[in-house]
Amino acid sequence: MKIVVCAKFVPDATADRCFRPEDNTVDRAGVAGLLSELDENAVEAALAIKDARSGDGSGIQVTVLTVGPGQAADAVKKALQMGADAGVHVVDDAIHGSDAVATSLVLAKALGKLEYDLVVFGMESTDGAMGVVPAMVAERLGLPAVTLASEVTVDGSTVRIRRDGDVASDTVEGTLPLVLSVTDAANEPRYPSFKGIMAAKKKPVQTWALSDLGVSAGEVGGSVAWSQVTGVAARPPRTAGTIVTDSDGTAAAQLVEFLSTHKFLSSGR
Amino acid sequence: MSNILVLADHVGGIVRKTTAELLTIARRLGEPVAVYIGDSVGPALPVLGHYGAAKVIALTNPELSQYLVVPKAEALQQVAQKVEAAAILISSSSEGKEIAARLAVKLESGLITDAVDVQSGDGSPVTTQSVFAGSYTVQATVTKGTPIITVKPNAAAPEAVQAPGARPEVEEFDVSISDAAKTARITASRPREATGRPELTEAAIVVSGGRGTGGDFGPIEAFADSLGAAVGASRAAVDSGWYPHAYQVGQTGKTVAPQLYVAVGISGAIQHRAGMQTSKTIVAINKDAEAPIFELADFGVVGDLHTVLPAATDDIENRKG
Repeated sequence: MKIVVCAKFVPDATADRCFRPEDNTVDRAGVAGLLSELDENAVEAALAIKDARSGDGSGIQVTVLTVGPGQAADAVKKALQMGADAGVHVVDDAIHGSDAVATSLVLAKALGKLEYDLVVFGMESTDGAMGVVPAMVAERLGLPAVTLASEVTVDGSTVRIRRDGDVASDTVEGTLPLVLSVTDAANEPRYPSFKGIMAAKKKPVQTWALSDLGVSAGEVGGSVAWSQVTGVAARPPRTAGTIVTDSDGTAAAQLVEFLSTHKFLSSGR
Repeated sequence: MSNILVLADHVGGIVRKTTAELLTIARRLGEPVAVYIGDSVGPALPVLGHYGAAKVIALTNPELSQYLVVPKAEALQQVAQKVEAAAILISSSSEGKEIAARLAVKLESGLITDAVDVQSGDGSPVTTQSVFAGSYTVQATVTKGTPIITVKPNAAAPEAVQAPGARPEVEEFDVSISDAAKTARITASRPREATGRPELTEAAIVVSGGRGTGGDFGPIEAFADSLGAAVGASRAAVDSGWYPHAYQVGQTGKTVAPQLYVAVGISGAIQHRAGMQTSKTIVAINKDAEAPIFELADFGVVGDLHTVLPAATDDIENRKG
């Protein structure tokens, strides 16, 4: 079985993330980046499937695929260190500023050049956080998608997941080939071991440009995006509030007084 | 006037508040046409009409409810083409966003997700989103095809139309669902236990507990109930198995923007702030005076939640008499 994990290189969420003033795109160069934390769950899900089936001769191969600027190679490297077998990095200046629809096109074309039975995504990126790319890629490839899994079981060619929705917890299943996305509740991503870090250096990584995928520069990038960011504003800092220390046991009364003054007690049943 | 499609979000025929919000937004953009998926549209009609649906398109194919996402995307595509929709509004739920994603590819149209405001613009609606854990606000427009916008709860205050008791015109529409759409099947469904509390993403007040609760959500729930609030939890509390994942507030859980958010025993890591930073008023209770949550708080208590919360709960209950 061939598994491809689609992973994204994102600005570190704990750093001061910002936009490029010249074109309102996410600044991916000026802020330290890394493999999206939520995509570590996708890598882990693939590796867990491989681990569970090792020894039965199914020869599972896990490839990590990323689309992003030069530094995005770090995301591929991290996945290889965790245990993925091979990497593909699609890098092309023309991709800069692409929206989710164009990103899904590049991913789908790259997947078209790879062999896959299962395509795994994290639930969303930690930067754009739209959570729509897995469904878009599935749509483009004509594949079913079982998404937002908080539990994954692969049984032969059946993939069964638990999906915790707003109103119910559903069991959803589909048959390979398909697209799977996992939440951060699905697993606990492993840390690369020293052995894994050393082994990663010898693993094959292919670098593809748009021309390798048969995608023209005019189909992607910020200037032709189907949606445009027209304005960006930093949220004004919140004004400093009142902080009381409960040294004399009056804090509860002060809290209730605050809630009463701001009319939050009226909605009580 | 141009037709603005609104995918009605409902649970067993009971229209959710988000649908009233979508209809309110749709009226700013054109004439709202609600798409109702399910077998009995009847009970939903007065509500849909009340909030301004001029017309309701009822889709009753049973396949639409048995399978996730794909049949609904196919159906919306057919409806959008039939009524020549000028824009499509969908709730920013997990399924709503996936329907929108597939629809965008099908209709070759731009997609904007998680709008917290939508206004009519010059040609195409202008949306507002809160990004990077609420630290930035961006405006965006769709520049190709039929704008598809998913809208977060509380993006608009639902406004009823003037004509009372208006029942919209209903049109049954038979959509064709491809075999390919029937490949990911729901084989079992366990409804979430009813708590009697407001829906987390729709509530005016949310009280959330974190690591500081030590696993006992009793005081959180009692305090929430005294305020008529929904209960949320931080990722640390959910990861510890103290509260179900469905109630997680944060980057990987629900994003809430209530009138009042009370963070109890929550330090305020970026993962949590991403889910609550845009709340109107924020109250924090934490025994660590250095906790970053206090940077966001309009009112903060440095103290032990196990004494402060029960005392506050009693005080509120006493005031009710």
